[in-house]
Amino acid sequence: MSFTPQLPPVAKLEQKTVIDLVANGKRIDDRAADSYRPLHIQVGLIEKANGSAQVSLGKSKVLVGIKIETGTPFPDTPDEGVLTVNAELGPLASPLFETGPPSEQAIELARVIDRGIRESKAVDMKSLVLLKGKKVQVVFVDIYILDHDGNLIDAASIAALAALASAKLLKAELKGDEVVYKPGLHPLPLNNHPVAVTFAKVGKTIVVDPVLEEEQVMNARLTVTIEKNGNICAMQKGGLSGFTQDELKAVVHLAVQKAAENRAKILAAAKG
Amino acid sequence: MPEPKQPEKLIDDKGVRIDGRRLDQLRPIKLEVGILDKADGSAYIEQGKNKILVGVYGPREAHPKHIALPDRAVLRCRYRMAPFSVDERKNPAPSRREMELSKVIRESLESVVLTDLYPRTTIDVFIEVLQSDGGSRCAGITAASLALADAGIPMRELVAACAVGKIQGHMALDLSDAEDKYGEADLPVAWVPNANLVTLLQMDGILTTNEFEKGLTMALDACKTIHGMQQEALKKKYLVIKEVAEEREETEVVA
Repeated sequence: MSFTPQLPPVAKLEQKTVIDLVANGKRIDDRAADSYRPLHIQVGLIEKANGSAQVSLGKSKVLVGIKIETGTPFPDTPDEGVLTVNAELGPLASPLFETGPPSEQAIELARVIDRGIRESKAVDMKSLVLLKGKKVQVVFVDIYILDHDGNLIDAASIAALAALASAKLLKAELKGDEVVYKPGLHPLPLNNHPVAVTFAKVGKTIVVDPVLEEEQVMNARLTVTIEKNGNICAMQKGGLSGFTQDELKAVVHLAVQKAAENRAKILAAAKG
Repeated sequence: MPEPKQPEKLIDDKGVRIDGRRLDQLRPIKLEVGILDKADGSAYIEQGKNKILVGVYGPREAHPKHIALPDRAVLRCRYRMAPFSVDERKNPAPSRREMELSKVIRESLESVVLTDLYPRTTIDVFIEVLQSDGGSRCAGITAASLALADAGIPMRELVAACAVGKIQGHMALDLSDAEDKYGEADLPVAWVPNANLVTLLQMDGILTTNEFEKGLTMALDACKTIHGMQQEALKKKYLVIKEVAEEREETEVVA
């Protein structure tokens, strides 16, 4: 069951400061409404993973690890591999997070990232089949939040794409019933590069890449995931209020532009 | 039940969909208000083959107590699909999809309920999908806002919801199960008409920005229609109550 969350007590004065700044075209961390915090991407930190990327977006820090293993396909898609996205919002990352089963925030985060990758057909699922209906390769995308200073969705989306784009796997083949791995690593085939862009409506103004202080006072949140051709491949609105039709139109166009900028940075980092 | 086979075409040469609708046509909608005895408010919706029952309890004391908020009521929402509501039996354990939908549905209703009138309480919305046929989260929201009104909970206005999608390259209103499954995109929308706010928006599939704008306009137009139906359904309930009261008065006069 989902219930209205208890927000951490933020002083009225601090709330007012953040809202007033945004209303006057400024932000608490001196950015323009349409600019991201500094983005750093580092790939391949985890040697035991098939792919990994650590992303810091301002002070938010996210690590994504990719593991690829053999498993069985879903009965309704016998000729496709399996993609699983999971997110951990552990207590190390924020005083707001607790141990225990995944919170609805963690489930939402994982499902929004999953939708972007799945709907844009980023991972070539057909190439993961070893024996139709019996054995396929399973791609696990595990999102680890290390430090929560706002906009975890974009940080996770960037890290997931960087990790997938730099992932390597052994070529697997079936000999009889046995899976045999050939020596030599190959890149994971990717057909698309989805990038999530998240906006927050603070007062009546919309800002991109909200920092935690802005998330705590925002009326609503919107994530738009854009694939490589500039089309929308996933969306998710969050927060207690909403957006007008005109706001949505403006936001979608800005998302296309911002996604292209971030995509270039991600692919450059994944190559390097 | 065996799953129906994939239709050859979702739209025929005349632009007619598999269930005979035009691209901008809603499925038949039936709304009923106040059909449960124990719930403080309830509503039932049929939209196509969707059959969804919503019960509302509250404002009532918060359990567990620690979830209570000092300055407002907590809105709680559970979207749930019955195991028999889909072709292949759904495991009754709560799925990640149901948990996500419970969250986005709650967030679509939060802004219309005057929660600050009832601090330290909960208002509970239980959405039970008895049969699912595409667009169940939207139909659930439409019914949930009626059930909240039926419970007498002060609200700014009703929330109406409807999905649009893309099938065979065309934007189409209110996708059915097959259209959702074999179509190219799905875009559920919830709208608060007078505040002019979209309070639920999700998307999966591929849409160009132009298709998104067109789809959004179609969805909002449909929400206006559904909003009218919601008002009628509420009025109808009170007309019945009025008639019963009048009859009673007459018999009392005779006696």
